[in-house]
Amino acid sequence: MSDPGNLAYTLHVNGAPHDVRDAWVGESLLFVLRERLGLMGSKGACEQGECGSCSVLVDGNLVCSCLVLAAGAVGQDIVTIEGISPGAPSDVQQAFVDAGAVQCGFCTPGLVMAAHSLLDRSPDPSELEIREELSGNICRCTGYGRIIDAVQRVAVARRSAS
Amino acid sequence: MSVLTGTVTGERVAAGRLGESAVRPDGLAKVQGSFEFSGDLSADGFLWGATLRSPHPYARIVRIDVSAAWNVVGVEAVITADDVPGVATYGLIDQDQPVFASQYVRFVGEPVAAVAADHPDTCRRALDAIVVEYEVLEPLVDPERAVDGSHAPIHPAGNVFRHQRIVRGDQTLQGAVVVEGTYELGMQDQAFLGLEAALAVPDPGGAGVELHVATQWLHEDRKQIAACLGLADEEVRLVLGGVGGAFGAREDISLQVHTCLLALRTSRPVRMAYSRHESFLGHVHRHPCRIWMRHHADADGKLQRVEARFVFDGGAYASTSSAVLVNGITHAQGPYHCENATVDGWAVRTNNLPCGAMRGFGVVQACFAHEAQMDKLAAAVGVDPLEIRLRNAMRTGDHLITGQVVESVAPVERLIRELAEMPLPSEPVGGHDLDPMRLPGGAGRTADVTDVVRGIGWAVSIKNLMYSEGFDDYSTARVRLADGVATVKFATAEVGQGFVTLAGQIARTVLGVDDVVLDRIDTQVGSAGSTSASRQTWMSGGAVDGACRLVRERLFEHVAAQHDLDAVQLAIDGTDVIDTVGTLRLPVAEATAGLVIDETFEHHHRPTEDLDENGQGNCHTAFAFAAHRAVVDVDPVLGLVKVVQVATVQDVGRALNPLSVTGQIEGGIAQGVGLAVMEEIIQVGGHVKNASFTDYLLPTFLDMPDVVIGLVEEPEPQAPLGAKGVGEPPTVSSTPAVVAAIRDAIGKDLVRVPVRPTDIVFG
Repeated sequence: MSDPGNLAYTLHVNGAPHDVRDAWVGESLLFVLRERLGLMGSKGACEQGECGSCSVLVDGNLVCSCLVLAAGAVGQDIVTIEGISPGAPSDVQQAFVDAGAVQCGFCTPGLVMAAHSLLDRSPDPSELEIREELSGNICRCTGYGRIIDAVQRVAVARRSAS
Repeated sequence: MSVLTGTVTGERVAAGRLGESAVRPDGLAKVQGSFEFSGDLSADGFLWGATLRSPHPYARIVRIDVSAAWNVVGVEAVITADDVPGVATYGLIDQDQPVFASQYVRFVGEPVAAVAADHPDTCRRALDAIVVEYEVLEPLVDPERAVDGSHAPIHPAGNVFRHQRIVRGDQTLQGAVVVEGTYELGMQDQAFLGLEAALAVPDPGGAGVELHVATQWLHEDRKQIAACLGLADEEVRLVLGGVGGAFGAREDISLQVHTCLLALRTSRPVRMAYSRHESFLGHVHRHPCRIWMRHHADADGKLQRVEARFVFDGGAYASTSSAVLVNGITHAQGPYHCENATVDGWAVRTNNLPCGAMRGFGVVQACFAHEAQMDKLAAAVGVDPLEIRLRNAMRTGDHLITGQVVESVAPVERLIRELAEMPLPSEPVGGHDLDPMRLPGGAGRTADVTDVVRGIGWAVSIKNLMYSEGFDDYSTARVRLADGVATVKFATAEVGQGFVTLAGQIARTVLGVDDVVLDRIDTQVGSAGSTSASRQTWMSGGAVDGACRLVRERLFEHVAAQHDLDAVQLAIDGTDVIDTVGTLRLPVAEATAGLVIDETFEHHHRPTEDLDENGQGNCHTAFAFAAHRAVVDVDPVLGLVKVVQVATVQDVGRALNPLSVTGQIEGGIAQGVGLAVMEEIIQVGGHVKNASFTDYLLPTFLDMPDVVIGLVEEPEPQAPLGAKGVGEPPTVSSTPAVVAAIRDAIGKDLVRVPVRPTDIVFG
């Protein structure tokens, strides 16, 4: 892989510019993040925006990266699971581990992104609000109970810290 | 009974030993996105692989012409059945499934060819360029036509995978009370999130290959793959790629042989990754099943005889259908005392999608039927659903209808009594704030609260644990202790269930160490058996425990020799070796300085037997029990259901990690609720109508009820750690509980799952 390939476009991901080379214009943001930029944290499980495993932030909005054309995200600020809290885990990430919200973990990166997005917009969500806000993310292992617990733990901790 | 509920505790769980809610060692990597799933694996110079599949449920292949695929720029390999160097077929029990179809295709989605190329879209164009001429044949889609022999064989091995009867006791007994019904279950998909994916790396210049794959049983995969590749087992090395859930769907081979063949053919690494559509076609599913039952009881409702007939639709290839059948029919009585039985069971071949293992493995089907029957019996006798179950509750020492004595702890009566004490939902229909989101139909805001009725239903289950019918089931673990660090090696597939957590807990507890290193999960150690049948806590837990105990014996011998003590008086206390009758207290880390102890242990469970022609024999290993109560709100006009709460009390033996147990129970109930009210692969004439997450409905956060959990912890004497498997029971009896609750709400005789709006409105 010594040939760097032809520059197709540049994406702004996790605070830094990333050159995308040799890309076909039809490639989804999910594919480009994973296969062109090596950011494998975002997962694909349905390719049609039903499961939320590929959730990333684009200009602050939670989106399914499988439904976004990468070439259409040029000039936008993209944050992936790798960029949500580089280095030490975020409070949401730590709460997911501690609360038992992770089993196979395939849905987890998308759910961590969705939980961050929810708690940034609504610091004190009701249980029903958590369920509604996260209902675009499917988990097949946990039955969701421990994930709700994790989100509630973060909300409680953030309130007591503020 | 300990009661666990979904409250905010805010406490950090303990790190460590058996009985504590230790957190996953892979948890941090998973939340940070750095955990490598099999689909995330790559290698320099890799190619993408892809599969061409049959569009027909049943057809003769007249001609395959791959020449145009070779003309697509970027294509490096095109392979068909002609390129399989070893045996042409594979399978878990009977090897009847072709690696690639050659003469006939027998289900929609059956692999016909595969390609390797530089980009997934190059693969797609190459697959499009392959010409396959089919002579379309009339598919066999009605399993009854396989039973009655009215359809010509669609496979040389015939249309019946297995027929098995159970005949026990009085065959003419007629009860004072007789209830009867016919029940049906649709085809459920495991729908794990992490799609099938693998990376095959050919050995440089050699015949061998290393396959990184998400699977449930590395050694069984290797055996089947090596046979198809025409290689010796040791020339095929398997490494567990990170597994994004399994639930039975990864027990069979899917892309394993194809990926290896393409890698060996091109001498380059090959990645294959299924799409969701392809995944629905590319793995086995839960068997659709039609069950007739007639229960005979005395005037007090005491069960005297069960008659039943089961027909499992196994689809095109055998997979584990014969074992699923036996599981179903041998659990026909449910967790109840019953001396007489007449059961007839069939597992048959059709041109529907192949079926095999899914969480509950045949018992889900049986339980849906026997629990509906118990409610009918209660109504006929004039007692409530709990009373009928208490009157018949199975006890340790009872006989199954196979003649086998239930030696396991069987706290059925206790489960039912404690379930009855669990709190009911505190909120009325729609919640105190009457939020439309809490009504059936949710955000659609279609249900009118005045139409909505609430119902309560109950169900109880018995589920066998581990493998049955004479299979020598075992698991292997190797433990190395050096300088206070235990390194544990096993081939146990971690699919999300948390065995990696448990293995560390066992090693820390038995060896008194804080530091446990888990070695790579691969075939460089003996088999662990499958991560299925609720068996790994018992089997691989037993193996790790056994290896740790061997290491500890040698540690004690070493310490005893050094300090002139008798090894039998030494024990582990926390992280120290202590002399129980003296004063020595020595940290394990210090005791092992400069010492390396390395032991391997195989745990086998007690032997089991085949069934005879009358279905008699000690075919199962052990049993676990669970009881479920569901509360539902139903709009009978619109046919909408909201499952409000599921309460459960489960017989777990011993909760080695209460948080993991909670996760298994909640997750299992989610799949049971899904089968009850929404999940079904719909096939029409063998064609699949909903192979996507848009059309195959899965429970979301909003569909999932509150779950209230009680555990009965009566340690199981046969189990190495006193713990029973906990994965399957939550799925088995949650489905019938939900359906019983819907029946209770609307007063209709619902006989099929998933319950559809039309069943509620017009049923």
